[in-house]
Amino acid sequence: MSELLKPFEEMTADDYRDLGMKSGLEIHQQLLTEKKLFCRCPAGHYSNEYDAEILRHMRPTLSELGEYDGTALMEFKTKKNITYRINHQTVCTYEMDDTPPFEINPEALDSALQIAQLMNYKMVGEIHIARKQYLDGSIPTGFQRTTIVGVDGWIKLNGRRIGLIQLGLEEDACREVSDVGHERIYITDRLGMPLIETVTEPVLFTPQEAAEAAQLLRWIVRSTGRVRTGIGAARQDVNVSITGGTRIEIKGVPRIPMIPRLIYNEVMRQHALLKIRDILNSRGIRDATFKAGDEDVTLLVNKTEWDPIAQAVKRGETVRCINLRGYAGILSHRTQTGKTFSKEISDRVRVIACLTRLPNLLTSESTEETIDSYIWNKIRRKMGADSHDALILVWGTEGDVETAVKEIKIRAREAAIGIPNETRQALADSTNGFERILPGAERMYPDTDLPPLEITQERLERLQKQNPPPLWERFEKYTKIGVPAHLITSIAASVRARFFEHVVETLNVPPLKAAVFLFEMTRYWKRKKMNLSKMTDKRWELFFSSALAQPALWQKGAELIEMFLSEEEADFERLLKVYIPPAWKETNLEPAIEKIIRSEEKKISDKQKLKKRCMGIAMQTFKGHVLAEKVQAVLQRKLDAEGGSHE
Amino acid sequence: MNDDYKGYRDPAKKVLIEHKVRVWSEVKMRTTRGHFEGTILPRSETSDAKHIVLKLANGYNIGILSDTVETIEEQSYKEAIYKIPEKEFPTDPKKPNIKLLGTGGTIASRLDYRTGAVIPAFSPGELYGSVPELADYCNLTTEKLFGVFSENMGPEQWIRLAEAIGEAIEAGTDGIVIGHGTDVMHHTAAILSFMVQDSPVPIVMVGSQRSSDRPSSDAALNLIHAVNTAGKSDIAEVVVSMFGPTSDQYGLLHRGTRVRKMHSSYRSTFRTIGDIPLAMVDREKITPLRSDYKKRRNDRRVKINTAFEEKVSIVYYYPNMQPDIIDSLIDNGYRGIVIAGTGLGHVNKPVYKALERAQKKGVAVYMTVQTLWGYVQMYVYETGRRLMELGVIPGANMLPEVAYVKLCWALGQTDDLDKVKKIMLTPIAGEITEREPYNGYLIYQGGIPEVEEFLRTIKR
Repeated sequence: MSELLKPFEEMTADDYRDLGMKSGLEIHQQLLTEKKLFCRCPAGHYSNEYDAEILRHMRPTLSELGEYDGTALMEFKTKKNITYRINHQTVCTYEMDDTPPFEINPEALDSALQIAQLMNYKMVGEIHIARKQYLDGSIPTGFQRTTIVGVDGWIKLNGRRIGLIQLGLEEDACREVSDVGHERIYITDRLGMPLIETVTEPVLFTPQEAAEAAQLLRWIVRSTGRVRTGIGAARQDVNVSITGGTRIEIKGVPRIPMIPRLIYNEVMRQHALLKIRDILNSRGIRDATFKAGDEDVTLLVNKTEWDPIAQAVKRGETVRCINLRGYAGILSHRTQTGKTFSKEISDRVRVIACLTRLPNLLTSESTEETIDSYIWNKIRRKMGADSHDALILVWGTEGDVETAVKEIKIRAREAAIGIPNETRQALADSTNGFERILPGAERMYPDTDLPPLEITQERLERLQKQNPPPLWERFEKYTKIGVPAHLITSIAASVRARFFEHVVETLNVPPLKAAVFLFEMTRYWKRKKMNLSKMTDKRWELFFSSALAQPALWQKGAELIEMFLSEEEADFERLLKVYIPPAWKETNLEPAIEKIIRSEEKKISDKQKLKKRCMGIAMQTFKGHVLAEKVQAVLQRKLDAEGGSHE
Repeated sequence: MNDDYKGYRDPAKKVLIEHKVRVWSEVKMRTTRGHFEGTILPRSETSDAKHIVLKLANGYNIGILSDTVETIEEQSYKEAIYKIPEKEFPTDPKKPNIKLLGTGGTIASRLDYRTGAVIPAFSPGELYGSVPELADYCNLTTEKLFGVFSENMGPEQWIRLAEAIGEAIEAGTDGIVIGHGTDVMHHTAAILSFMVQDSPVPIVMVGSQRSSDRPSSDAALNLIHAVNTAGKSDIAEVVVSMFGPTSDQYGLLHRGTRVRKMHSSYRSTFRTIGDIPLAMVDREKITPLRSDYKKRRNDRRVKINTAFEEKVSIVYYYPNMQPDIIDSLIDNGYRGIVIAGTGLGHVNKPVYKALERAQKKGVAVYMTVQTLWGYVQMYVYETGRRLMELGVIPGANMLPEVAYVKLCWALGQTDDLDKVKKIMLTPIAGEITEREPYNGYLIYQGGIPEVEEFLRTIKR
C-alpha cells in the first residue's frame, strides 16, 4: 500500500496547508494555592498511600436543556465499579461528595482573574459555577465544578494574534490507578485542586506552531508566579482537524515536545479514515446501506489452540462473530504509524464493553498466526460470508460481548460516514487511542449549590496592577537591550523578571551579568538548597552597584555570595568590604608586573613559558582585585616591549 | 403568566425590555467589558437584580452587569423545554404490584431556574424513564399526593399519607413505597408507624441525599432498594430504606420508630438508634439482621388511626434554661411537652416551678434524652425523682422526635392523661424496647488504630 503521508520529518507547512490542518489547544494549569478550590483541604500534597476506599457508580442524568449527553450514555454502558482511594490528609467529605461545596477559594479566583486579564480576556460581570459531567468516575460527584471568568482573549505568537476562546477556573480530577474489566481505581489526592483551563481557537496551522503556542501559554502563566510547576502541574489537550475531517480532541499530552508528532499522527489518521470512507462509498456502502450480521460461534472455535480464544473458552466465555458486509481490506487499512483500522474497533470494545484483556478481538484480515484456516472457513460458511466481507471475532462474558457486538457495528458503520466525534488519548508512541465519545455543551448545567458571584471592577483593577507586562513585549525589549537570546524566554517568564529589568534599567548593570547572577547562579544555589531568602533585593542592589565600581566583583561575586548564604552569621555588607580590597590602580599594576617579569626572565628563556609563569604569579596577587583580562593585557604589552629591546 | 423576564427585576429587567429581548433570546451583546454571545437564561429570584445571565455556546453560564450593557441584538429565540425520556412501564403478572406515593423532596426533583435550586417536580412517570431497572422488580403504579419540601411536612400531609396507605392496602397492593425528602423522613416514618397499625405489607420510605440530577446521585439505587423491599421482603412495617455506607453497596432497612437522620449531608445519614437495623438490602436480596419484625400477611386488615393533636412541643433543654420557656407553652395552650433532657433525663431547678404549673394545668410532660442513645432513668438522681413528682413521665428509650409525634397522636385520641400515659408507654411499633443490645450503640472514633484498620479493610 502506498504511504498515507510523507514521513514526519519531511512534512512542510505547505503539506499541512494542503490537508487543511487546523489545531487548537486546551491547557490545564494548576494554580499555586494553599488550599483546594471548593473545600479547605491542602492543595499540592501527593501520596499513593491511602487510608480507606469507597465504591461508587455513575448514572447518566439529564442536562439543563433536556437531552442525555452522548458521553454520558456511553459511560453508563460500561457499568464500571469505581473505587476511590482516600488519604485522610488530602481528602475530606467534600471530595467524596458527602458534603456540599464551601465558597470558592478567593485566592484561586484572584489568580484566574489576574491571568485572564494578562491574556486580554473579556471579563464576565458575574461568575456562575457550572457542573460539567464526567461519567468516567474521575470526579466522585460525576461532574466537575467549573466556571468561566473571561471569554474572547488573545496572545501574540511570532507577531500574530492567537485568539483564546475562554478561560475557565475548575477543580482537578482524580488520578487513575488502574482500569481492568469492570473495575476502575482512582487515587484522590489531586482531586479538587484549582486549575485554569485556557482554550485557544483552532488557528494553529502546523504541528510546530501548536507546540510553540503551548510553550508560550505555559510561559505566560508562569510569569505571574501564581501557578504550580513540576510533573502533572500543566497538562495539555490538542484539537486537530483536516479538511473534510472532524475536530478530534487528544487528551492528556504530558509534554509539549510530543505535540508535533501527535498532531502528525492524528492528521494521518483522519486522512486515512476519509480514504476508508471513500473506498466504502465507492463500494456502495453508506450509512443507510451498511449491513452486518452476527452469530455465536463458540462451538466452532472451542477446539482452537490460539491462546486468547482457548483461554476464553476455558473461562466459559462466549465467542461471537460479526460479518461486516463488503468490508474486505478495510480492517487492515493503515490509520496511524504502525496501526490499522481494526485498532479503532478494538479500542471501542476495550473502553465501552470493558473487554480490557488484549487482544480483545480477531479479524479475518490478521496476518499473524491465529486460528486455523479451516476454522475460518467453517465460520465463513456459518456467517454466509464471501471474499468481499470482513469478519471479526470477539469474546467475553455474555453481557459484555453483546455490548461489544453492538459497538463494533456502530464503529464500522461510522467508517462509511466519516470520522466520528471522539475524545482520544495521547499514547507514549505519539499515536492516539479512543478515550470516549466527544462530549458536547449538553453536559453542562448550573451548580445549584453555590450562588453566582459578582466580579467587581475594583477587584479586576487591583489584580491587573499585579500583572507583569505581556511576554511578547518583554521578548522585544530584551532583544533590544541585548539579553543573550538563549536566556530571553526563561527570564521573561520568571517572576524575577521585574527585578531583572530594574537592575538593568535603573542600575545600568550589563544584561548578561544580571542574567548570570539573578538566574543561572541563583538556580544553581537553589539546587544546592541554599537559603536564598537571605539575598534580598536590597542586597542584590548593593552587590550590583559595588560590582559596577569594583569590576573584580564580577569574578569574585559568586564565591562571596555563596559564603554569605552558607554562613549563618555572615554580614553581607561587611563581607563586601573585607572580601574585596580597594581596586588596584592601573598605574600601580604596571610596576608590579614589570617587577615580576624581571625576576622571572632570568630563569626562563622560552617566551611562552615565561608569559604563562608571569601570569600565574600575577594572578596570585591580583585575583579578585583586577580582571584577568586586564592583567593579561598589561603583561602582554610589557613582554612585547621587552622582546623589542632585546632584538 | 408572563415568563419573558422570568426571575428578572429592575435594573436588569429594564435593560432587557429596553433592548427588546427576553428570556430564551439568543443574543449578541456589546458591553464595556467586550462582546458576548449567548442565550439569555432566567434569573434566580434570590440572586441580585443587576446581572443578566447568558448561556454561552460552550454550555457555560456567565453573568453580565446590566450597567455595562451598550447594545443587545436578538439573533433568534428558542425556548428550552426540560424533558425526561418517558417510558411506558412494562407489566408482568409474575411481579409484585407496588404503589409509589409521591410527597416531593429530593428523590423526585429537577432544576428550577427561578430559584436556581432543586425543586420537587418529577412526575412519578418520569421516574421510570430515568430508572428503568425498576421494571425488573415490580409493576408500578404511582400517586402524587402533594409536592412539599421535606421540612414543610406536617399533620395535614401525614394524615393524607396514612389514608392513602390504607386505600392502597385495601386495593390489594403488595407493597408501598413513599418518596420523601430526607430532612424529616424520620418524623414521618414515626407517625406513620402509629397511624398505620397492622399493615399486611411493607411500607418503605425512601429519599436521596444527592439529588437525582447528578450522576453520583443515590436516588436510583435507593429507589431500587425500596421497590425490592416493598415487593419481596416479608417485613410488614414502616421502614426507612437508605444507604448503609457512603459507597454504592447496600441499603439498610431501619424501623420507622428507631431511625434518625444523623448527618447533614452524608449519603449514609440514616442510622438506627439504640438498636440494630432490621435488614440489609441490595439489588438482589434482602438480608434480615433480626427476626422480631411483623410479618407480611395476605389479608387486608389494616387499621388507620389518624388522630393528631397539634398543640404539642418539643423542648431541647440547655443549661440555664429559664421557666418562661415552659410557661409560654402553657400560656399558649399547649397540651403536651416532650423534653429532651440531659444525661438520664434531667433539667435544672429553675424550670421546676414551671413544670409544677404544667402539671396543675393538665399538660402532659414526657422526658426523653438528648444523648439519643440510652434510656431515661429518673430514679438514679434526686433531680429525676423530683421531676417525676412534678408529673414528668419518663419516656424510656423513645427518641425525642418519636415521643413528640406519639404524644401528638395520643393526645389526638383522648383528653384523659392516664389513657395518654398508657398509650405513650405501651410499645406499639418498637419505639420503646425492653432491652438495648450490646451492639446497638456504636459510634466508632476515627483516628484510633483499630478503627483506621477497619476503614482501610472493611468499611467502604
